[in-house]
Amino acid sequence: MVGIQLFYEMNVLPITVEFSGGAELLFDNKRHYNIDLPNKDKWKLSDLLLWLKDNLLSERPELFIQNNSVRPGILVLVNDSDWELMDTVDYVIQPNDKIVFISTLHGG
Amino acid sequence: MYDIRINNDLRMHSNMCIRHKFFLGRMAAEEQKIEKLQDEINQLREELQRKERELFDLKFKKYHDNKYCLGLTATDIMRYSRQMLLSQFSITGQIALKKSRVLIVGMGGLGCPCALYLAAAGIGELTIVDYDEVELTNLHRQVLHGENDIGIPKILSAYNRLKNLNSNIKIIPIHTHANSSTLTDLFKNKTFDVVVDGSDNVATRYLLNDICVLNNLPLVSGSALQMEGQLTVYNYNKGPCYRCLFPVPPPPDTVMNCGDGGVLGPVPGIIGTLQALEVIKTCTSCFTVPGIIGTLQALEVIKILTKQGGVLSSRLLTFDACEAVFRNVKLRTRNSRCAVCGDDPTITTLIDYEEFCGASAHDKVIDVDILRKDDHIPVKELSSKPETLLIDVRPTLEFAMCNLDNSYNFPYSYIKKGKDLDKLRKKLEDYSTNGNEVLIICRRGNDSQRAVLQLKEIFTDLPLKFLNVLGGLYAYSNAVDSSFPIY
Repeated sequence: MVGIQLFYEMNVLPITVEFSGGAELLFDNKRHYNIDLPNKDKWKLSDLLLWLKDNLLSERPELFIQNNSVRPGILVLVNDSDWELMDTVDYVIQPNDKIVFISTLHGG
Repeated sequence: MYDIRINNDLRMHSNMCIRHKFFLGRMAAEEQKIEKLQDEINQLREELQRKERELFDLKFKKYHDNKYCLGLTATDIMRYSRQMLLSQFSITGQIALKKSRVLIVGMGGLGCPCALYLAAAGIGELTIVDYDEVELTNLHRQVLHGENDIGIPKILSAYNRLKNLNSNIKIIPIHTHANSSTLTDLFKNKTFDVVVDGSDNVATRYLLNDICVLNNLPLVSGSALQMEGQLTVYNYNKGPCYRCLFPVPPPPDTVMNCGDGGVLGPVPGIIGTLQALEVIKTCTSCFTVPGIIGTLQALEVIKILTKQGGVLSSRLLTFDACEAVFRNVKLRTRNSRCAVCGDDPTITTLIDYEEFCGASAHDKVIDVDILRKDDHIPVKELSSKPETLLIDVRPTLEFAMCNLDNSYNFPYSYIKKGKDLDKLRKKLEDYSTNGNEVLIICRRGNDSQRAVLQLKEIFTDLPLKFLNVLGGLYAYSNAVDSSFPIY
């Protein structure tokens, strides 16, 4: 209850963001982030990409973002589903969503 | 007969490979001794195999007729009984497997356990394709190859191991690099029911995807690196193909290979692997990602062939070995605008995949040559310069594995990022009072060239000449001291 109250009082948008398959290397080699996105009318996934680039990305932005989307070879999942099943960059983020960025592996 | 003929061809080829490999830097006498021993071993092995076959045939001859069971021999029933007792599988499943033809591309960390389980399960015909030879660094995860196989083609050692496991199935080893032309030829001469992608590079992944779409075959795709694995089935039951997910190949410099990124290796079998995982985790965190994914690939093949359903299509399974977490995520359906499997495809025949990906179709490192001639020093001159500062620019982790006396470790990644450069400056300034040459070395001589270029720019103010040690520590091992490990 306290968490929910806090959410309404501060108007932040709590989400979790995870990186794997090597995408974590661009984010300080940390795989899991709990994030409170600041107050805003609507958070689209495209907004989150920019926010991540400005706030969390530790190196080489071109290896994460290209042409206002993720670079080729990164899969984006919203609550364990491919973002293509949602509206990709236009998906409107909901409280407690889990957004995962998976870089595809090629090794064998 | 067919198999044995191929086997002999391969043996001749493997001897040629060995001859070639050991030609470098070995004394002729030693080389001859190795060759002679290898020939003797090959002959003994052939004789042993012949006798073992004879014994097996004698022992099981009485079970070869099949008056009690339709479609299978008595040996088959006994051998495969533990899977045939499953109601989802039954005798129908076993007969389906016996009639099936599976192509596995890549006999590495994924292909080995996958082939092992498929051969054990009684697939009728297994075609295995790989161009590479067995190296010592393969053995920790590529479980079909043994110590005595080093230097021979992977498909030969895989063939021997698989044939030894199950002589009742047909195994077709093909020693070739999978590209548009070799696979087109292969598909002209043979038909398959399922293809397994056990390759190690992006270009081959697109190639296998396209050939599967063009031939309407499911593609069981797996990959593994470091502590993670991924698995999905493409082009199956209205699910997406690889291009639906990844219409554009990734930038080449975002792709890591096992030789650089490392990979924790294998014991085949999901359960055995996971058990080992839990045991080993208590003392170290080493285990077996390709083994698990390769085994899971074998499982998907069997499900497709026996029409059991539950195939991992439109889903992606990821395995995080650090946390022991499997994640099963939902993928998009087939993209009607996909370039190859869409309604109006633009790719209707195989293309040049290396050109498409801007990367070559193997995971070997390609040597760079970006410096002037006088920026290099041959590795043999190292010993004549004991007082000269030698900077090893490999990652700290690799430096800790093995290093040259008096070398100073400053990783190339630090130079690239500008990390701790003040520390390096201090070191260089102190040194510049006694010397003016600084030697830069790395594993293969590529990063050291890049480092020389950047160090020249960063430290223009210091009276120093940065020189690249040609060929790096590999060259040192080859030309100066072979006891330095090549890894």
